[in-house]
Amino acid sequence: MIWLTWRQFRGSAATMAALLVTLAVVLALTGPGLASDYSAGIAACTQDNTCDRFYDHFFGGHETSFMALTLVVLLLPVLAGLFWGAPLITRELEAGTHLMVWNQSITRGRWLAVKLGLMGLTAVAVAGLCGLMVTWWSDPLDKSAAENLALMAPLVFGARGIAPMGYAAFTFVLGVTVGMLVRRTLPAMALTLAVFAAIQLAMPLLVRPHLVPPITSTFELGKTNVNGIGVNRDRGGYVDIQLRSAVPGHAGAWVLSANLIDPSGRTLGSEGAAQISTTSGPCAPSAGGGDSCIVEINRLGYRQQATYQPLERFWPFQWIETGIYTLLTLGLSWFCFWWIRRRLS
Amino acid sequence: MNTVLQAQGLGRKYGKRWALRECTLDIPAGHVVGLVGPNGAGKTTLLKLASGQLEPTAGGITVLGGRPASGPAQLARVGFVAQDTPVYTGLSVADHLRLGSRLNPRWDATMARDRLARLGLDPAQRAGKLSGGQRAQLALTLGLAKRPELLILDEPVASLDPLARREFLQGLMEATVEHEFSVLLSSHLVSDLERVCDFLIVLVDSRVQVTGEADQLLATHHRLTGPRRDPDRLPADQHVVCARHTDRQSTYVIRTDAPIHDPAWTVTQLGLEDLVLAYMDRRTTDQRVALEVQR
Repeated sequence: MIWLTWRQFRGSAATMAALLVTLAVVLALTGPGLASDYSAGIAACTQDNTCDRFYDHFFGGHETSFMALTLVVLLLPVLAGLFWGAPLITRELEAGTHLMVWNQSITRGRWLAVKLGLMGLTAVAVAGLCGLMVTWWSDPLDKSAAENLALMAPLVFGARGIAPMGYAAFTFVLGVTVGMLVRRTLPAMALTLAVFAAIQLAMPLLVRPHLVPPITSTFELGKTNVNGIGVNRDRGGYVDIQLRSAVPGHAGAWVLSANLIDPSGRTLGSEGAAQISTTSGPCAPSAGGGDSCIVEINRLGYRQQATYQPLERFWPFQWIETGIYTLLTLGLSWFCFWWIRRRLS
Repeated sequence: MNTVLQAQGLGRKYGKRWALRECTLDIPAGHVVGLVGPNGAGKTTLLKLASGQLEPTAGGITVLGGRPASGPAQLARVGFVAQDTPVYTGLSVADHLRLGSRLNPRWDATMARDRLARLGLDPAQRAGKLSGGQRAQLALTLGLAKRPELLILDEPVASLDPLARREFLQGLMEATVEHEFSVLLSSHLVSDLERVCDFLIVLVDSRVQVTGEADQLLATHHRLTGPRRDPDRLPADQHVVCARHTDRQSTYVIRTDAPIHDPAWTVTQLGLEDLVLAYMDRRTTDQRVALEVQR
C-alpha cells in the first residue's frame, strides 16, 4: 500500500520538493546578507539614536519579499488541502477506481490510513520546513516591522514558527473529509477553500486573543502610543489625540484595543479630545513642538488604556494554536475513518 | 464449502427507492452464475452488496461463509471487477501488476504476466491509453491473479465489441477450468451469458424472479400455444410466468416439474433468452393489468 501511495503521489511530491529546494536556496543565499545588514544598521543607529528611522528604511527596502514570503507560507497549507486532500477520494470516486482498489486484499481503513499518513506527513513536513525557513530569514525584518506587521500581528503570526504545520495537517484532512462528503473534486476544492478561509479568519478574530487572558493596563501618553495630536483652532480648548496600536515598554505587543481615558477614568475611544487650553500654555500653536503639549496632557491625567498580548507570548501561542489544529485534525481523521467504513460506497 | 453466496431478505434502499428488496438466494459453489435483468433492475446493487462495497439496508448476506469485506482475509477470497472496468489511467500496465502483487497475499504473478503477454498487452503502456477491450482484460487479469474463490464481474463486457466480448468470456472460461473458482457475472444481454453460465438468477424490478441451474430451468419451462383459455383452467402444478391472448389463441410460458399431456397445447422448448424475456414480460403484463383495473 505504501508503494501504491508513493507511486501515485511521487509526481506532486517531486514538484513540491523542487519548489521547496528552490526556496531554501534563495533564502540561504540572501538570509545572511539580510542579517548582517540589520546588525550593522543597528550598530550605527544606536550611536546617534535614529533607530526608528533605520527600522522604517530597512523594512521598507524589503517589504515586497517580506509580504511575498509571508503569503507563500500562508498559502502552502491551502494548496495541500486543495490539491492533495480534496481529490484524494473524489478522484477515485469519479474514475470508479475505488471499486478496484478497495477490492484488493486490503481494507478501506488501511488504505485511508496509509494515504492520510504518508501524504499528511509530507504536507506537514513541507509546511513546517517552509515556515521555519521563512521565520529564520525574516527575523531581522520581524524585529523592524511596524506594529501592524509585527510577529504577533494576525497576518504574520500564521506564517511564522510551527503554526503552518498545524494548518497544513488540518487543511489536508479537511480536504479529504469534504471530498468524502461532496464526492466531486471541484466543488470539494471550493468548499475546502471556503471553510479553511472562514476558520483562518475566525481564529485571530475570535479565538487567538483569548488563548491566554490578555493584559489590560494604562500607560502614559508618549511617542510610542500617540499617532498625532491636532490642535482644534475653531473650538479653542480642545486637543484631538489619535492613538496608535502600540504600548510603551512592550515592543511588538499585539494590541487588541487601545482607548484614551480622561482624568475621571471615562473612556473616550481610540481618538479623543483632551480639554486643554489651545490659546495659551504648552498646547498653544505658539508653543512650538507637540512634546511639551503631551507632557501637559499627561499631567492633567489623560492616559492610554490598552488591552494587549505581549510579544513574549509568541511561542506559547504558537504551541497552543498548533495544538488546537492538531486536535481538529485528529477529530476529522476519526470522522474520515468512520465514514469510509460505514457510509461511503 | 458448498455455498458461495447466501442472502436472506436482503434489501438496499437509496433514499426512498428500493434498488433491491426481499432477495433470498442460495448459490452453490462451482458454478458460473449469470445475473440477468434489464437495466436498473438492481444487478449492480446486488453485486456491490456481495463484494462489500455497499452495506445492506435490510436482511443479511454471507459470501463464502463470511460477511462481505469484513477484513483482509475475506477481501482476498472475493475478486471484484466493477462495471466499466476501472483502472488507474496514470499508471502503466506493469504498475497495475505491481499494485496487485503488493496488495494481495495470494497474488499469482506468473499467471498475470503470462496472461497479459498472451493478450499482447505492453507492460510499459499507460492504462489510460488502452482500448476498452484491453482495459477490460487488464481488470480481469487483476481479478484472476488475485486467485479468489469467487470472482464477481459487473457487466464486464457491456462496452466491448462482439469479438472482444467473445475473447473476454473465453479467457474467463479458460481460467475457471484451470483454477476452479466460482464466478458471478451480470449482464443485461442474455446471449452473452448463454454461452458461459450454468446457473442463472433473473432479477427484474429489484426482485429476484427465478434462480436455478440453467439446464434445470430449461427443462421445467415450456411455452404452450393453443386455443384461448383462462389461466384458472390450467392445472395447479403449472405456474404461469407470462401469458398473451388474442381473440382465439392463448400463449403461456409456464413452469412445471410434471410432463404436459394436454393435447390441445402445442408445447415448445424455450431458449435461455426466451425464458428471461418471459420473466421480464411478466412484469409489464402485471403493470398493464393493474392499469386496466384502475381505469
